[in-house]
Amino acid sequence: MGKIKVVHYINQFFAGVGGEEKADFEPEVREEVVGPGMALNAGFKGEAEIVATVICGDSYFGENMEEAKARILDMVKEYNPDLFIAGPAFNAGRYGVACGTITEAVQNELGIPAITGMYVENPGADMFKKDVYIISTRDSAAGMRDAIGKMAPLALKVAKGEEIGSPDEEGYIPRGIRKNFFTDKRGSQRAVEMLLKKIRGEEFETEFEMPDFDRVEPGKAIEDMSKATIAIVTSGGIVPAGNPDHIESSSASKYGKYDIDGVDDLVEGEWETAHGGHDPVYANLDADRVIPVDTLRQLEKEGKIGKLHRYYYSTVGNGTAVASAKAFASEFSKELVEDGVDAVILTST
Amino acid sequence: MVKEIERTGIPVVHMCTVVPISLTVGANRIVPTVAIPHPLGDPSLDLEEEKALRRKLVEKALDALSTEVEEQTVFED
Repeated sequence: MGKIKVVHYINQFFAGVGGEEKADFEPEVREEVVGPGMALNAGFKGEAEIVATVICGDSYFGENMEEAKARILDMVKEYNPDLFIAGPAFNAGRYGVACGTITEAVQNELGIPAITGMYVENPGADMFKKDVYIISTRDSAAGMRDAIGKMAPLALKVAKGEEIGSPDEEGYIPRGIRKNFFTDKRGSQRAVEMLLKKIRGEEFETEFEMPDFDRVEPGKAIEDMSKATIAIVTSGGIVPAGNPDHIESSSASKYGKYDIDGVDDLVEGEWETAHGGHDPVYANLDADRVIPVDTLRQLEKEGKIGKLHRYYYSTVGNGTAVASAKAFASEFSKELVEDGVDAVILTST
Repeated sequence: MVKEIERTGIPVVHMCTVVPISLTVGANRIVPTVAIPHPLGDPSLDLEEEKALRRKLVEKALDALSTEVEEQTVFED
């Protein structure tokens, strides 16, 4: 067979179109190798080549998923490729969701072999790891070489219909698929060996990973909103001007607690966003667009809600580790309980 | 954060634009919003219209908090 024809999907940033100010860039196809496609092409070692690159802005994709998906599928179909690759997206959330969505659609709707790559905590990974092969990458583009080194060989195998090894061997995020094979030791013996290792405190490898269903029961509905204290929490990074706690614009290591006693409106120049994962212009002009202090204050005056809680809590949800977000919230949730907060409005950008 | 807060029993409504992420994260009450950089506003509207839009979304969030849910629920229009 001739060379494997590949269509590659990347975002506006990796295409060099622009940063957050270009995140609403609509899908476009270029008949050339762009950005990380160069390294991929080299990684194919002559067995495959990128014939076209589809570029789409992350916000455009996130805000118009169905339309973006349909347009990109049409573009991909046009080239009738043997293989489709998206990303790698590392820990960029919107990009990861876009890569997962489009990889799944190309594979399942067009029937074309497809893979992508991203960091295991990228929300796109949980959403699509069962459907498609997602190479497990590092959390930033510093891991490009490593990511490409795993993506290119797996992509070739998938395209050629070769047998795919285990997640450990191939470097993809486990898909929760069980595979039967013969082994020389029977189950009882393996189980006892595993148990002995566990007792000795040694490393052991389970043969069947239990799925992690971390779901929380919905809180009880508020019966009388006119008596309820409502608190605001946000991952949109709204802070007093100057960002006094120096919350990082990405991979935040902390959160802030801010007093809005007597504040009726978040005016420009006094409040801003610390978020580095989207265009900050709109939030800086009017932070009520991210946390609705003006509206809640009005509803408080009208008696529709009992009270707007005096403090709001804010962090930047941009590549921030799940463990950090969890730790922040478990800490400030105790304060919310002590302060008698009845319900929380949590906004995300 | 949604889950950690709700673990204490306090109901949470998540207002966000990319609903599939919120569903994956495990929010139980979800109100879809306008756009990623301005979830509760729209710079293309004039100030009064924008405030009215925000009020509508916040009222929807309060309705969500007043509604008993058994499972993940997206409060659409």
